[in-house]
Amino acid sequence: MAQIASLTLYHNDDARPIIEAILADNPGVRVMNLPGCVKLDSDGPLVINRASVEERLGRTWDPQEMHLVIISMAGHLDEDDDQFTVSWRH
Amino acid sequence: MAVLTLAPGYESQIEYRDAEKNFHGNRLVYVHWEQHLAFCSAIAFPLPPAMPFGAFVEAVVKPHYAAHPDAEKIDWTQVVWMIDGEKKVPDFSKSLEENGLRHKSLVRFWTPGLGGYKGSAS
Amino acid sequence: MTAKKLGLKQRYAHMTRGLDWETTYQPMDKVFPYDQFEGIKIKDWSAWEDPFRLTMDAYWKFQAEKERKLYAVLDAFAQNNGQASVSDGRYINTLKLFLTGVSPLEYQAHRGFAFTGRHLRGAGPRVAAQMQSLDELRHVQTQIHTISQYNKYFDGLSEFPHMHDRVWYLSVPKSFFDDARAAGPFEFMIAIGFAFEYVLTNLLFVPFMSGAAYNGDMSTVTFGFSAQSDESRHMTLGIEVIKFLLEQHPDNLPIVQKWVDKWFWRGFRVLGLVAMMMDYMLPKKVMSWKEAWEIYFTEGGGSLFQDLARYGIKVPKYADVATEAAEHISHQNWAVFYQYTHAAGFHTWMPDREHLDWLSEKYPNTFDKYYRPRWEMWAQAEKEGKRFYNMALPQLCQVCQIPMAYTEPGDPTTICFRETQFKGETYHFCSDGCKDIFDDEPEKYAQSWLPVHQIFQGNCGGPTVPDVLNWYRMNNGADNMDYAGSPDEKLWNEWHAKAAEAAG
Repeated sequence: MAQIASLTLYHNDDARPIIEAILADNPGVRVMNLPGCVKLDSDGPLVINRASVEERLGRTWDPQEMHLVIISMAGHLDEDDDQFTVSWRH
Repeated sequence: MAVLTLAPGYESQIEYRDAEKNFHGNRLVYVHWEQHLAFCSAIAFPLPPAMPFGAFVEAVVKPHYAAHPDAEKIDWTQVVWMIDGEKKVPDFSKSLEENGLRHKSLVRFWTPGLGGYKGSAS
Repeated sequence: MTAKKLGLKQRYAHMTRGLDWETTYQPMDKVFPYDQFEGIKIKDWSAWEDPFRLTMDAYWKFQAEKERKLYAVLDAFAQNNGQASVSDGRYINTLKLFLTGVSPLEYQAHRGFAFTGRHLRGAGPRVAAQMQSLDELRHVQTQIHTISQYNKYFDGLSEFPHMHDRVWYLSVPKSFFDDARAAGPFEFMIAIGFAFEYVLTNLLFVPFMSGAAYNGDMSTVTFGFSAQSDESRHMTLGIEVIKFLLEQHPDNLPIVQKWVDKWFWRGFRVLGLVAMMMDYMLPKKVMSWKEAWEIYFTEGGGSLFQDLARYGIKVPKYADVATEAAEHISHQNWAVFYQYTHAAGFHTWMPDREHLDWLSEKYPNTFDKYYRPRWEMWAQAEKEGKRFYNMALPQLCQVCQIPMAYTEPGDPTTICFRETQFKGETYHFCSDGCKDIFDDEPEKYAQSWLPVHQIFQGNCGGPTVPDVLNWYRMNNGADNMDYAGSPDEKLWNEWHAKAAEAAG
């Protein structure tokens, strides 16, 4: 069975540029819309690039701002100043 | 396995909370009417061990199951009884104790021909 | 030369490591008496890694921002009388069960992580446990605050801490946490951090809170998701705990596996209450319990346990039984509360035609065969003025403390009875999962405070139902019984009659 890396985010204005950046940078991501939130699933790693989010947001963005929009996740997290990645790979 | 504990002598301080002596002369009896899951689980009663089995059926079992449409159709002479996992034919004139009921015994009974509402085991 | 700005990982290391010291006035083992007796072996505490590199200053910054957002929503909700705009008056009953059954667990988690943070001797896990302890306190506070708006209008909410300590079905979640907190700090971390937070809370906070949004409860969905954003951190802590323990020493594996098995089963039983909330109590439904189980356990848990296989950890024992039971538990639990509505602190009802059809569609293998007839029989009895009540007290499982209402794996028509003998006394269980837990630590569970037995022993206010309700501080005739005919229903209908009149 595939190991699915997953992020669930708020469905709001703060999260929208992040969701767009994820969809642009991670081909093949599956989107499940639920009332109030959106669940993004991937068979590979799910990467959020700071640069991609900033491009859409039009301001600087700190990957730790993820704390304001994340609802749930599945996978191991790797976070630094430039990216936020959830994956099952080692 | 030994108890995993920091406190020496822990076992000597355990309060066995449901010991028979805590029930004021009664013992716990659980009853369950099989294939009638409208009654969600077995039901519990504190009863004197000297109570005759027949009185238990008349005063405890029958009224508590009366709300089911199958209840009035039960032929009590045909009921199959199981006490603590063993099929038994209880003596209605003898006491619960003489019929082998201990503290926290489970009495299950089947009513042949009655399979619950429309045969759904409800 | 100007110093180069530190990266996140370096900043984090500076702010969270090297804060501890070897004690000299007292030996370390006396300062940290709890972190060895469970048999867990730790060689190197500094190997602990935190995936979320959140320093205390960043923690306050983000938590404050979350609170501002939440309280803006709560204010707007109160100002706009949001309580009158939810999907249906029945919806409030999910909040009653949440506030009496779940919110007090947040407080227990706060206490438990404060204790754990104090008693583990490594600085890394201590910082992580301390933050989680603060989060949990925030959760209970925001939940009480949010739901207080409903308490101004609806019954069943005002005595929630008192009820949590006394009411028969609330002993299920209460004893779950008491069990975890009465264990050592490592078992607590596996129980709550791993099994509950990582494997199971998604089932509570994602589909159920999404359900709150769908039912127009803007305030509850906001506290729910706000809490769940902390949970993401807790989930990484949970998975870190397990990796850390398994990498430290091979002897830890069987101990950890035993805890994973135990706490998976304990958590699965407690979450049966959520199953019932999703399938029966949300007037507008997002997904069935079975669908949520497939997404969050079969798929999410499957990925996780595939990952943990490299350490030798296996899928929890009886996961297959739990998956089969996902077809049944919501129905079996609702049947319990329907027949004991006179002793429930929230209202019950029989599903209407549309709801029955939804259940048939979502549970094609089981609903029409086993549960629809039961609901039809009870609806018929209601129509004839003979509403069905169970007037005896139920037999309870010694471990999960739930009425023994669950059926044999593979046979939904027969109750699953299990028992064991310990020191001359019989103990009864609802399942092999609960029996195994008892058999491993009988001395612990022989002390269970089983509400039904306590009533019979004379410790719950008196022998009659009104005596016991009074002792629970359950307002007979308002807090309990069916929604139809309740003061809640009357109020709801008045509001909506007025709204209809105003709309012309």
